Amino acid sequence: MSQIAFEGTEEQAARLAACISEHRGEKGALMPVLHEAQDIYGYLPPEVQTVIAEGLNVPLAEVYGVATFYSRFTLMPKGKHQISVCLGTACYVKGSDKILEEVEKTLKISCGECTSDREFSIDSCRCVGACGLAPVMIVDGEVYGKLTEKDVKTILNKYAEN
Amino acid sequence: MSMVNLKINGIPVQAEAGSTILQAAEKANIRIPTLCYLKDVQCVGSCRMCLVEATGARGLVAACVYPVSEGMEVFTNTPKVRKSRKTTVELILSTHKKKCLSCVRSMNCELQKLALEYNADEDRFGTDYAAKPIDDLSESVVRDNSKCVMCTRCVAACEHQTVGVIGPKNRGYAKEIGSPYDMPLAHTSCVNCGQCIVACPVGALYEKSSVADVWGAIVDPAKQVVFFTAPSIKATLGEAFGFPVGSNVEGKMVAAIKQLGNVKCFNMDITADLTIMEEAHELIQRLMTGGTIPMFTSCCPGWVKFAEHYYPELLPNLSTCKSPQEMFSAVLKTYYCQKNGIAPENLYVVSVIPCTAKKFEIRREELGGYTDAAITTRELARMIKEAGVDFANIPEAEYDMPFGEASGAGVIFGATGGVMEAALRTASRLLGGEGHPIEFKEIRGTQGIKEAEYNVGGGKINVAVANGLGNARKVIEQIKSGEKNYAFVEIMACPGGCVNGGGQPYVRDEVRNSVDLKALRASALYKQDENSKYRCSHETPAVNVLYKEFLVKPLGQKAHALLHTTYHQRDKY
Repeated sequence: MSQIAFEGTEEQAARLAACISEHRGEKGALMPVLHEAQDIYGYLPPEVQTVIAEGLNVPLAEVYGVATFYSRFTLMPKGKHQISVCLGTACYVKGSDKILEEVEKTLKISCGECTSDREFSIDSCRCVGACGLAPVMIVDGEVYGKLTEKDVKTILNKYAEN
Repeated sequence: MSMVNLKINGIPVQAEAGSTILQAAEKANIRIPTLCYLKDVQCVGSCRMCLVEATGARGLVAACVYPVSEGMEVFTNTPKVRKSRKTTVELILSTHKKKCLSCVRSMNCELQKLALEYNADEDRFGTDYAAKPIDDLSESVVRDNSKCVMCTRCVAACEHQTVGVIGPKNRGYAKEIGSPYDMPLAHTSCVNCGQCIVACPVGALYEKSSVADVWGAIVDPAKQVVFFTAPSIKATLGEAFGFPVGSNVEGKMVAAIKQLGNVKCFNMDITADLTIMEEAHELIQRLMTGGTIPMFTSCCPGWVKFAEHYYPELLPNLSTCKSPQEMFSAVLKTYYCQKNGIAPENLYVVSVIPCTAKKFEIRREELGGYTDAAITTRELARMIKEAGVDFANIPEAEYDMPFGEASGAGVIFGATGGVMEAALRTASRLLGGEGHPIEFKEIRGTQGIKEAEYNVGGGKINVAVANGLGNARKVIEQIKSGEKNYAFVEIMACPGGCVNGGGQPYVRDEVRNSVDLKALRASALYKQDENSKYRCSHETPAVNVLYKEFLVKPLGQKAHALLHTTYHQRDKY
């Protein structure tokens, strides 16, 4: 797994602290606090989970357990450029798994992760409604269709230069 | 309490309103199998082993959580129920590493038992477990998740301790039990109490074994091996050999240890007495000189590490006394070696303890490394079996001298309240002659928190006894908030104290769910105390000889150097 340095600001910390004190003592406080923490930071790094555990007086193991149970929560930040490869049925039979593999290989991270310079993150999705263009990949909202493995590098280079 | 009438398998049963089908069935002597349920630890209805048919319910229901109602009819033994339970076992087995022959829990495994009872086919759904790495970095606890059945009994046990360093993580096939971020247990604020191990129904958790090291020392001609046994071992070891819970097997235990090889066997109850000599004097000194109070006991290494992680501000309140294990090893490697002309490096000291935290304790640098190996009651039982000793029929033997006879005060160290009672016996006599009571019954028993007020040396002191770290936390929070004031507080990390320690023999669920294990085991110790020649630690001859020949006096310079220690703050995360 790639290692991403934590870059939280004081303003973010203050917002999290306010959210924790609002929910402290409530039954089931962990879920709303995790939601808000993810809104504040974009993801749930260890540093944030520890603050939540300490603030709500909940074991860190429980915080981590909940954060890894629900797919809405992510432990990885999103990159400056967000890549999403469609693994829906049409794209999949057209070989989008190979496209995803190529993206992972090129960026040296796995699906769901972010590069350590925070430039790129990779996710997969299920059908973007462009099956006629399968296999499809989306970068920063722009759709690339009818892909072959060798297209991947060219497309990523476009974003790396910016 | 209002009662409801129901029928289980056609048998009329009366049960308290609000109780579960499982509890009602127990009253009717009908056994319903369980796996994730464990009395006093967890009741969540997640494993689906205890499914039964009940009128008014839509499908099969989990007996451990489903409440009884008036007129309900329950069927625990129908083809549908049996088929469901069998499938449940087979599904669990499909992700279980079925390496049963060499498993620490073989013949003592709840899953194995259920598989046998329901004639389960372990290969029906193939075997689809991911070989998961074994976490054995902790000095005390080893986790092998490829054997885990996800019952979460360990998680519940850890939560009761308010330590909470393990939990379920991820989801679906990726789900596993462990510490956050793939941290090994050794890097968390785990206190090594081992309650997770005794809660585990299978072989996913076990102590880090030192058996091979001890066998190695026994056959090493350069080494002289001495064993000493903690107070509670005699009250529990028998269980591993089929003796009923609460049997005192001291004589057989000593005889069996001596059959392991050319070894000596000493009695740790004596250094429990020695601990009391130091601790009682320390308490009096703190009370007389305005020292830091309340004073907390320090003999439980699980509690000591808990304080270092969670309440570092209380470290000055902890008695500076080492635990009986560490006092004994220090005395053996100095006094005993000098007296017998043995080079300390050639004396191999093995402590037999009810505890997995003691395995961590012997590696603490500040304690000097005097103990070479600490083995649990379970490991001792394994060695005795391996040596081919006929435990049931072996004639009883006595401890070796000079560390043989102890006082009853040392014996009761193994039960919650025992250390406090032993300390009060000696402290009250040191302060005010012999008119004080011997027995302090208010602080006995298995309730989580006990409080009492005693007249010691003309002054009144308030004391508290907590067992289980969840209860310890409650007492500490009350002290911190100013709600309670005590002079002396005893804390044992394990519920019930050492008799219920993380290193004690595995007890089948059906026994553990139906008897008061803690009370039964403790009763063996209190009985021995009652029949002891000496009832107070300061009367024990071996202790007095030690002070006369070597230590000079309690809290003296030599005693301080050898028998006292320091603590340091540890990170919580």
